[in-house]
Amino acid sequence: MADIPHDASASAPPAELGEMELYHPRSWWTKYVFSQDAKVIAIQYAVTAFGIGFVALVLSWLIRLQLGFPGTFNFISPEAYYQFITMHGMIMVVYLLTALFLGGFGNYLIPLMVGARDMVFPYANMLSYWIYLVAVLVLVASFFVPGGPTGAGWTLYPPQAIMSNTPGQQGGIILMLVSLALFIIGFTMGGLNYTVTVLQARTRGMTLMRMPLTVWGIFVATVMALLAFPALFVAAVMMLFDKLLGTSFFMPTLVEFGQQLSYGGGSPILFQHLFWFFGHPEVYIVALPAFGIVSDLIATHARRNIFGYRMMVWAIVIIGALSFIVWAHHMYVSGMNPYFGFFFATTTLIIAVPTAIKVYNWVLTLWRGDIHFTTPMLFALGFIVTFVNGGLSGLFLGNVVIDVPLSDTMFVVAHFHMVMGVAPIMVIFGAIYHWYPKVTGRMLSEGLGKFHFWVTFVGAYLIFFPMHYVGLTGAPRRYFETTDIAVVPDSAMALNAFISVMAFIVGFAQLVFIFNLVWSLKNGKHAGGNPWRATSLEWQTPKTPPEHGNWGKELPVVYRWAYDYSVPGAPEDFIAQNQPAVAGREAST
Amino acid sequence: MIAILAFLTVVALLVLWWISRQGLMVKPWLETDSVATLGGADQPRLPPAQIGLGIFLAVVGSLFALLISAYVLRAQLGDWRGFPLPGIVWANSLPLLAASLALEWARVRARHGDIMLAQAGVIGGMGAAAVFIAGQLWAWTILTANGYAITSGPAGSFFYLMTAAHGLHVIGGIVALARPIAKIRRADDVAAIRLSIDLAATYWLFMLLVWVVLLLVLSGWAAAFLALCGRIIAGSG
Repeated sequence: MADIPHDASASAPPAELGEMELYHPRSWWTKYVFSQDAKVIAIQYAVTAFGIGFVALVLSWLIRLQLGFPGTFNFISPEAYYQFITMHGMIMVVYLLTALFLGGFGNYLIPLMVGARDMVFPYANMLSYWIYLVAVLVLVASFFVPGGPTGAGWTLYPPQAIMSNTPGQQGGIILMLVSLALFIIGFTMGGLNYTVTVLQARTRGMTLMRMPLTVWGIFVATVMALLAFPALFVAAVMMLFDKLLGTSFFMPTLVEFGQQLSYGGGSPILFQHLFWFFGHPEVYIVALPAFGIVSDLIATHARRNIFGYRMMVWAIVIIGALSFIVWAHHMYVSGMNPYFGFFFATTTLIIAVPTAIKVYNWVLTLWRGDIHFTTPMLFALGFIVTFVNGGLSGLFLGNVVIDVPLSDTMFVVAHFHMVMGVAPIMVIFGAIYHWYPKVTGRMLSEGLGKFHFWVTFVGAYLIFFPMHYVGLTGAPRRYFETTDIAVVPDSAMALNAFISVMAFIVGFAQLVFIFNLVWSLKNGKHAGGNPWRATSLEWQTPKTPPEHGNWGKELPVVYRWAYDYSVPGAPEDFIAQNQPAVAGREAST
Repeated sequence: MIAILAFLTVVALLVLWWISRQGLMVKPWLETDSVATLGGADQPRLPPAQIGLGIFLAVVGSLFALLISAYVLRAQLGDWRGFPLPGIVWANSLPLLAASLALEWARVRARHGDIMLAQAGVIGGMGAAAVFIAGQLWAWTILTANGYAITSGPAGSFFYLMTAAHGLHVIGGIVALARPIAKIRRADDVAAIRLSIDLAATYWLFMLLVWVVLLLVLSGWAAAFLALCGRIIAGSG
């Protein structure tokens, strides 16, 4: 439905906000490569993130080969295994999920959804991407330096991260730390754009409480990331000092091969505090955009206004704030004052309250909705179920007494993959199926999409559900081999083989998705401007894909919130945000 | 992690104050406008660059608060030994103060339209900041020569790390000062020049503030002050 009338902006008083000066590219290079257009930058971010994410996917296969069939594949040495798990984790969390949600979706959706022509600092926005790309290349380079990439585990805990028996301790760890520092510098440039655009470049009528929840999620996640990433930056720089300059920030007095090292007096726990001060907010930096996006997918595809919009906004803000005071729940087994353990367990469990409110609101939005089981909707539903499952095992791990025996077992791996791996990835897929028509003007194939969904959803459960049980037997994580460990029964080994097979199947389903993305570019059905009959502004652009400057001659004017679906008495089952109320037609106004 | 939590509490209070003015209690589903009711223009907004700088300073503040947090955590361990701050470090506060004052002066002059005087203020600020950097490097040389190298102990390592982080931000600030000067040379719009100088002055004020806090922490005065507060509170209880 591309025929939403655009008379609203024409008949409204002219916007008195100054139009931003838009940078106009003059050559092919500045239009498509060194572009300052947020939409192009978004695609660059997304393609790069998927590229490096694919590397991490292949690494996960290699991990599963070893875990499922130990001793079979001789090319996987213990050193290589540690390198695989380290790089898989770091790439997925930072270079794929964070970059894709904020750099990809943030860049594409914020200006369009708030009715801006572009981000407010386009040059810094462009730099943000290029620095991200350099960060990725530095990371990739670590595969090719002597000793290979670091194998310190994705948390990079010192002292072992820079000790001589850890794989990649020569060049790999240095490149990893430099890459993280670059990523953070690049992200800060992008983050300033996302926040200031939301604050200062909203079009007329777009109050904060009329913004779609997608924008709210990305906005709050960005604020969190801006405040939390410096912790990782500080930790990375301090560890670089330890490695390169011989300081002892994190390095205690150590004896290695009978020789006392020159380090002395450093505190490994200090690193853990810094790392998790970033690390826990990071979970919500990924989750909040997912929460926002999934709210919009559900409302649009169930043709219902989102239940409890205000509560949803407050919950996003409250979760963002609370996530800064829970970090030490990752450190229960590192040793801490019992009162601190009690404090952090309590704050951790309190976060479940606003999170549960969100889940109830999604379910209540679906309740008696006109649910269209489109691919985006299937992925949104898959997210809710997965997130609830992953969240519930989080309640176990949040309690100190239960966490202590489960810590460092595969149960933890299963938990965080459910809640932070599969759940957000479900939203990413749903969001791509939802917004691909706006980005390209073509629909993705629904048939392939449904195949992709079912294999991914069922497969992910068959991977991670059994993994909880493997963990409950006591199978430790981060072990190259668990065959000779008395507590790990043979049945757990059989489950491991099964999990590995499923991991390959799910992995190959992603190739179908990539094929769909490429194939539909040329062969997909023409989408029109608003194929999902959605209300938010990005679907009301004069052209699809939106051209440079997004809105043609005049900015849109916003008259209502983003969730006017199935309004009684309205001629259609949705009313776009830029449709003014007509006197006498809408009783509620 | 007390320092970063205290810093974030301040940030959170600011956000709360801001958010309380954003109508988060409205019921957007009931508030649909027609062309007539949307009426006048939105409230005038601050330039994006000003908001951007504010957020950037929050990020920088978070960075230094984390460094201080790490310092405090480490200093609580048993084997902590103090580090003799050379006198030059204290004296070095003067050029930084001068740089900040020069930019404040430039800010006032630019507001009055005296662009040439404002330019002199900016250049003066650059010069004073360069003196500060030279002084810091000198302090490092003295310390290293006296056997207090970066590896001499945890307090020393933190001293070098924190002064380097601050110094890099100051150098970044000097480079950024080229912007208002370029705007003045190009004879840009007065409002643009004024904004540019305004942003620079705010940044330099913040750098001065960070330096003062770092000095208080590194010299142990902050710890002594907090200990005194603790005693007073304990005594009154």
